[in-house]
Amino acid sequence: MTDLFVYSLRLGDDALISAQRTAEWIAAAPQLEEDVALGNIGLDQLGQARTLLQYAGTVEGAGRSEDDLAYFRDEREFLNLQLCELPNGDFAHAMARLLYFATYQQLLYEELLKSSDEMLSGVAGKAVKEVAYHVDHATQWVLRLGDGTEESHQRMQAGLDALWPYTAEMFSSDELVQRLDVAVDPSTLQDEWTRRVTAVIDESTCGRPESSYQHSGGREGRHTEHMGYLLAELQHVARSHPGATW
Amino acid sequence: MSHLGYAAGMDSFQATIDADGRIEPRDAMPDGYRKTLIRQIAQHAHSEIIGMQPEGNWISRAPSLRRKAILMAKVQDEAGHGLYLYAAAETLGVDRADVLDLLHSGKQKYSSIFNYPTLTWADIGAIGWLVDGAAIVNQVPLCRCSYGPYARAMVRVCKEESFHQRQGFEILYTLCNGTPEQKAMAQDALDRWWWPSLMMFGPPDSASTHSEQSMAWGIKRHSNDELRQRFVDMTVPQADVLGLRVPDDGLSYDEEAGHYRFSEPDYTELYDVVKGNGPCNQERLAHRVKAHEDGAWVREAAAAYAEKQALKEAAA
Repeated sequence: MTDLFVYSLRLGDDALISAQRTAEWIAAAPQLEEDVALGNIGLDQLGQARTLLQYAGTVEGAGRSEDDLAYFRDEREFLNLQLCELPNGDFAHAMARLLYFATYQQLLYEELLKSSDEMLSGVAGKAVKEVAYHVDHATQWVLRLGDGTEESHQRMQAGLDALWPYTAEMFSSDELVQRLDVAVDPSTLQDEWTRRVTAVIDESTCGRPESSYQHSGGREGRHTEHMGYLLAELQHVARSHPGATW
Repeated sequence: MSHLGYAAGMDSFQATIDADGRIEPRDAMPDGYRKTLIRQIAQHAHSEIIGMQPEGNWISRAPSLRRKAILMAKVQDEAGHGLYLYAAAETLGVDRADVLDLLHSGKQKYSSIFNYPTLTWADIGAIGWLVDGAAIVNQVPLCRCSYGPYARAMVRVCKEESFHQRQGFEILYTLCNGTPEQKAMAQDALDRWWWPSLMMFGPPDSASTHSEQSMAWGIKRHSNDELRQRFVDMTVPQADVLGLRVPDDGLSYDEEAGHYRFSEPDYTELYDVVKGNGPCNQERLAHRVKAHEDGAWVREAAAAYAEKQALKEAAA
């Protein structure tokens, strides 16, 4: 496995698993406008996933397609952040996750624009515009919910707090990203991420979350207990008909 | 129109209808016309948003990423159709929140077709091909409906629906040219969706209660049975292309008439499902009500925040 293959999988799996969770909101959102907005966001994430997984397959050179990689890998082979796979929770949790994740993606893609790998910089060029909208959408909701009613304030705070222990994983560096010169070392993004996210949290009148524990393991294929169920649902039709085309 | 008396307003309304023109929101219109349209447009909107459920049911399990993306976009389109249909209803003086309450309390209906379950991936193909196909046959004439905002909304909806219908057909075409299991899945879906699709055109003309007045008002342009015939004529040759058997022993082509002859659907089933006794009536409404109730605190927060912002701006 080459570094570039693994790196593309990491980014692609983040996007794929996020899309899977975002799509769960369709036909269940608080208002019709939000069904449309979350549909848009999920489609953006899925589009990023498809391009990155196709690219991973090409880099690997073993003839695996985006679908082979999405549907026929087992849980321990998925390299996404645990943040992406957690169940949706309420709408405040969803917006907390979107704020954390989309801000991370925005910083990452802004850097990846400069990558000498044309495919990665190309993905970033398209995605950076999409995630700017995701960040804006999440920001607007965090402000509304944080500074809305007493109930929404409590829920927003609970969402921000619950997901905070899954944020450090986004910035953990390892030998692979240090070796791979076309990649972005995510540890370089943390300060700016913290600055942007806390600015939104402060304005929302919520308190800054703290945690003495931070989860990790997604990049090594160690996931939460939720991941198996997510994959079972995502993969079961394709796996029931191996070799079929759809 | 306000300077005209009631009688003059009604004369002008009738003249517009007679000339096949468009009635616009500020024009005078009979109460019955307004009520009929509110009911029809609201129920059409409800059908779009309830219709998101049977298809949304398969987004998480779509068997390829390409199909997943297409399905997500489709269900999202339906939310969009719901939005502009509710907006069209609002031009007649009702609030979206109020007509949603009528849906949630069961006082207004939605298309009965969505009370059937989606059991396999092939059902997503069958819904696109048959249900959207029937919707198009129903809705194309509505693009010429006498009420302007509804007619214009329908132009846009129909364009997207015909795209959905081709996608549904393509799902089934792929299945029918795939493995034997995939083809069997497609046939099973057609077997289950054929009759409910025929019933989407409503009761037979001999039993239709609302049709005559709607025809006179230029809201409805063709009878239920005419539209049903049009759908069968359009769909049966497509089933032949797929290599699927339409589950009707009475189906035959009448060369002289240039139409397919088909058996009468079992309308007692339609009446039952309309009354609430279909396989998914309870679930669909319960899911919809739950999403609405779960979202109440979010909508309240948005309103409270907007109010605070307005106060801040006023103070600044």
